[in-house]
Amino acid sequence: MSTLDMSVTPLREVNVTLQEAAKSQSNNAYEITNPRGSHAVAVGLDGPLSVTVKGSTGYYCAGMNKLATIRVEGSTGPGVAENMMSGEVVIEGDASQYAGATGRGGLLNIKGNASSRCGISMKGIDIVVHGNIGHMSAFMAQKGNLVVLGDAGDALGDSLYEARLFVRGTVKSLGADCIEKEMRPEHIEILQELLARAGADAKPEEFKRYGSARRLYNFNIDHADEY
Amino acid sequence: MDKTPQTDPRQSWTFSNSVNSEIRRAAATGIYDIRGGGAKRRVPHFDDLLFLGASMSRYPLEGYREKCETAVTLGTRFAKNPIELKIPITIAGMSFGSLSGPAKEALGRGATLAGTSTTTGDGGMTEEERGHSEKLVYQYLPSRYGMNPDDLRRADAIEVVVGQGAKPGGGGMLLGQKITERVAGMRDLPVGIDQRSACRHPDWTGPDDLEIKILELREITNWEKPIYIKIGGARPYYDTALAVKAGADVVVLDGMQGGTAATQDVFIEHVGQPTLACIRPAVQALQDLGMHREVQLVVSGGIRNGADVAKALALGADAVSIGTAALIALGDNDPKWEAEYNALGTTAGAYDDWHEGRDPAGITTQDPALMQRLDPVAAGRRLRNYLNVMTLECQTIARACGHNHVHNLEPEDLCALTMEAAAMAQVPLAGTNWYPGKPGF
Repeated sequence: MSTLDMSVTPLREVNVTLQEAAKSQSNNAYEITNPRGSHAVAVGLDGPLSVTVKGSTGYYCAGMNKLATIRVEGSTGPGVAENMMSGEVVIEGDASQYAGATGRGGLLNIKGNASSRCGISMKGIDIVVHGNIGHMSAFMAQKGNLVVLGDAGDALGDSLYEARLFVRGTVKSLGADCIEKEMRPEHIEILQELLARAGADAKPEEFKRYGSARRLYNFNIDHADEY
Repeated sequence: MDKTPQTDPRQSWTFSNSVNSEIRRAAATGIYDIRGGGAKRRVPHFDDLLFLGASMSRYPLEGYREKCETAVTLGTRFAKNPIELKIPITIAGMSFGSLSGPAKEALGRGATLAGTSTTTGDGGMTEEERGHSEKLVYQYLPSRYGMNPDDLRRADAIEVVVGQGAKPGGGGMLLGQKITERVAGMRDLPVGIDQRSACRHPDWTGPDDLEIKILELREITNWEKPIYIKIGGARPYYDTALAVKAGADVVVLDGMQGGTAATQDVFIEHVGQPTLACIRPAVQALQDLGMHREVQLVVSGGIRNGADVAKALALGADAVSIGTAALIALGDNDPKWEAEYNALGTTAGAYDDWHEGRDPAGITTQDPALMQRLDPVAAGRRLRNYLNVMTLECQTIARACGHNHVHNLEPEDLCALTMEAAAMAQVPLAGTNWYPGKPGF
């Protein structure tokens, strides 16, 4: 385990070290201490690497991650794991706005709560939130799975496409074109697997599934009032 | 009996035939008109400016003997690898999806032959354009369709799109008929559905956030790539200043004549400012911040010839960008397809239903049969020729004004034909030493 202390190591050096280690396929482990809310920590990693951040981060931690496993032992600012391609990002605390935005793959596992617009425009990522999520989550979500063990805020899944949303608690309101859907065996299976990967203590049968009614897929003037 | 004299039937200027036809169309369909391209209305433009040329106080350069340089470097502020271009004319962002694969290839071929860059668009980077573009700018758009770090790293520059001149403040919609399996796959969406492009970025709001977003992009790409910020011609002074504050290496400023693949006609014609009106405020913002020439300014929207290029540079731009003109050079709206344009209810030169995917020229389509009509090699050569002509024209004017580099063109080389153009360009009305708003008058 190598340690990068951000109280003495500049962000640039931290990221270069991690990016080169990831690229070398070394599968090494790194620990980042004293992140003190720094932005863009451990971004653009492209290879198997284990990174533990000992503290809270600012914006875009683990952005565009590929293959690496990044664990934040604290909370994260906006846009954690944005556009993640693969790998796993675990947040032990809470996540701010836009968690997992536009993510295309991998698993984002948030042990606390996530703020508004969690999973906005997600394109294949799996997101598991052990707590609650804020308003406008999964807005225009295209693909992937968003699992929420707690409650969801207003306008869940507004204008979403083919992403699957699973919520165990209450949903304050659904967004345009988002409806509750039947939980079929294949969905139970997907959920079971995701809950297991995220280490979540919950049963798939406790969840409701939400998805697109597909009424807005092709523009129709008669649907203008729904926006 | 003599017939009573009658006045000729008189058409209303307010309710012209064109206006009335739109009223009838709206009444019949209940939906606004959607089209491609930029503003078609007459607005003050580069045609309203003239160069003064050399005189007693300035001597010209010999057109066929003395050099007039055209090279431009973009991204000198922070990027490790600025972009070196042979000419100050670049190809604007246009998406694969909106354009066919062969059209993207042709743009890459033509631009590379001429020594300049092309730009991706809303839909990701294709092999056609990466493979054929020596210098490729990768757009970072609100939709993030196709966005991935590998393409980010193999780009030569990154353009964060905040707005575009045809629709500042608007998103986009690519209609289902253009969403083939390949287009849908790149965008992670089902085939055949309308694909909405958001008007705001999903993970940042405002210039303070954008500064951090740019930090992230630089950290991912090792601070190598110039970061452009593209803004629509809305509030050019403040938008330029905020783009600089956010950390831009290059500001791309797109006026209302700049094209789009598709949006509402009312948006194109009634939102935003003419390109001519945008340049001086943007340059002023750069000058006020001490950043003119350190942060480069690229201007787009209605650039058609070397005179337009020279005028934009004289007003303070470092380079220009062309989209619509490049498509015309490839073969868009060519009269040779007139019969087919007529069948679509239009005529060559007026065809703008690019979103419908039925382009007879095979450029704004995903229809395999139509796409085959465009030979990317020949079309690329036409674009190269056109870029070369524009460059020669720009050099001709610069030499006539006594400049050995096109960047030495300046506002003092210009006069305006109209009060509006004089006010917007802040150059004297022809025959006077005055323009509206000039200090001291």
